[in-house]
Amino acid sequence: MKKGVNIRIIPRLDIKGPNLVKGIHLEGLRVLGKPEDFAKRYYEMGADELLYVDVVASLYNRNSLHDIISRTAKEIFIPMTVGGGIRTIDDIKSVLRAGADKVALNTAAIKNPEIIREAATIFGSSTVTIAIEAIKQPNGDYLAYTDNGREFTGVEVLDWAKKIESLGAGEILLTSIDREGTGLGFDKELTKRIAAAVSIPVVACGGPGKLEHIYEVIHESQADAVAIASMLHYDLIGQGNASAKYEGEGNTEFLKKKTGTFGKITNTNISAIKKYLFEHDIPCRYRNE
Amino acid sequence: MNKTNPRIAIIDYKLSNLFSVKHACEFVGMNAEITSSRDDVLNADGAILPGVGAFGDAMKNLENLNLVSAIKEFVKSGKPLMGICLGLQLLFSESEEFGPHKGLGIIPGKVVKFPSINSDGRVIKVPQIGWNTIHTPDSDPLKWQNTPLLGIADGEFMYFVHSYYIIPDNTRDVLTTTTYDTITYASSILHDNVIAFQFHPEKSGIEGVKIYKNWALHLKKLNNPNI
Repeated sequence: MKKGVNIRIIPRLDIKGPNLVKGIHLEGLRVLGKPEDFAKRYYEMGADELLYVDVVASLYNRNSLHDIISRTAKEIFIPMTVGGGIRTIDDIKSVLRAGADKVALNTAAIKNPEIIREAATIFGSSTVTIAIEAIKQPNGDYLAYTDNGREFTGVEVLDWAKKIESLGAGEILLTSIDREGTGLGFDKELTKRIAAAVSIPVVACGGPGKLEHIYEVIHESQADAVAIASMLHYDLIGQGNASAKYEGEGNTEFLKKKTGTFGKITNTNISAIKKYLFEHDIPCRYRNE
Repeated sequence: MNKTNPRIAIIDYKLSNLFSVKHACEFVGMNAEITSSRDDVLNADGAILPGVGAFGDAMKNLENLNLVSAIKEFVKSGKPLMGICLGLQLLFSESEEFGPHKGLGIIPGKVVKFPSINSDGRVIKVPQIGWNTIHTPDSDPLKWQNTPLLGIADGEFMYFVHSYYIIPDNTRDVLTTTTYDTITYASSILHDNVIAFQFHPEKSGIEGVKIYKNWALHLKKLNNPNI
C-alpha cells in the first residue's frame, strides 16, 4: 500500500444537455436527473472530488457544461474536473473560468499530444488530466479510443500512458469501455498495467458493481483514485430525493419506472465506500468517530 | 452586494485560478473582488494572497504589479491577511525553488522542497496532491481557540497540492502540522494579523469552508465590535 496517500473517491457525472445521464459502454444513455442535485448530495456526503463529463460534446461540437459548472462552483468546495469536448487552450481557460479546477482531455490529446505540454506549462501539471478510453483487443492488447469508445485510433494504451506522463500531465483517468456501466468490476489487468508504468496518479473508471470491486482495483491494481457513477447514482434515485427534476431531453423511461436498481449493480453511498475501505486498511479521507 | 459585509481583496498576480477563492468568500458573506490594484488592496478590510505556481514567477509578477510594498503595508496596518498555498510560502524570507529567491519576508523562515527520497530510501511522490490531515502542534488542544480553526477537529482532512513546504524560524508561529510520507511540516501559520495555509480551505469541503466562515466572522467583529 502506498503510505500516506489517501485514495480518492470521485463521483463521475456524465452530462447530456441539461441532464445527468448514464449508459452502458458509454452508449444507450438514460436520463437520471439534474446534475446539480446529485453533485450537491455527493459533496455533502464526503466526495473527494467531482468529475463532470459532457458525453456528447465531441459528437455535436458543443459544450453545455459551463452553466452547470458555474452554478455548482458557487456552493461546492471540492476539486472539480471537467471533460468532454475540450479542444484548445482557450477551451481550457474558459472551463477553468467557469469554476473547474482541472480539465480532462482525450480526443484533443490523441490528435495533438503537444497540447498536453502546452497546457501543463500554462496551467500547471496538476490542472491537466488525460482521459484514456481503453478497449481490450482479441490479442490481449489495449487500444485507446475516442468519442466514448466509438472512434478507433490505433494508439496502444501503455505507450500512450508513458507519453502522457512524459509530456507533463498531472493524472490519468483510465476508463475501460468494455466494463463501463456493466457492474462486472473494473478491468483490473488494464489498471494494473498502467499504474505500474507511470508515477502520476491513475484514476480507475468503469465497471464497479459492488464494494469488493473498489477495494480490489486499489489493493491489487494500485489505482490512486476511483471514479464511480452507477453505484452512487442509482442509490440516490432509489431514495427518490435527487432525481425528481429533469428536463425532457433524451431517454427518460428508466426514471419513470422509479426502481432505482439496475442489473449487477449494488447501490451504495460515499460514506459506505469510505467505511469499507477504511476497515480494509486502505487510507482514505474517513474519520472513524 | 451587502454594504456591511467585509470587503476582501483577492490579490491577483496572474498565476492562478482564483474563482474558487472568490466563491468561498461570497458563500460565507464577504464581498470579494479579484484585483491587481494596490489601492484596492490597501482599501480592503481583509486581503487574501492565494496562489498556485512557481515562487520566482510569483515574486516577479508581484514586483511588476507594484504589489510587494502594498502587501507589506497592508500587513503593517494590522488588517487581516490570509495566505493560501503559494501565498503562504511567499510570506517567508526566502525559497530554494529553482535557485534561491527572496520572498516577502513578513514571516521569518524559509521554503524548501520535499525530498524525492524519504528517510527509508523510498521514492516520495512530489507534488503531494490530495487529502491529508492537520494536527495541533504538540497536541495542544487550546491552540486553535480564538483562531479561524475554531471548531475544526484535530486530525481533520484538508486538500493539498504542493511540492514545497515551509520551515518557520519561530515554532510559536505554527498553527497546524501535517505529515506527508515521513516528513512532518508546518501546514498553517498564525503570525499576528496574518494567517496562512498550505492547503486549500476553499477545496476542502464543508470543514474548509468553516475556516472561511470563522475568518469572515473575525473580520465582521473588527468592523463592528458589537456583533
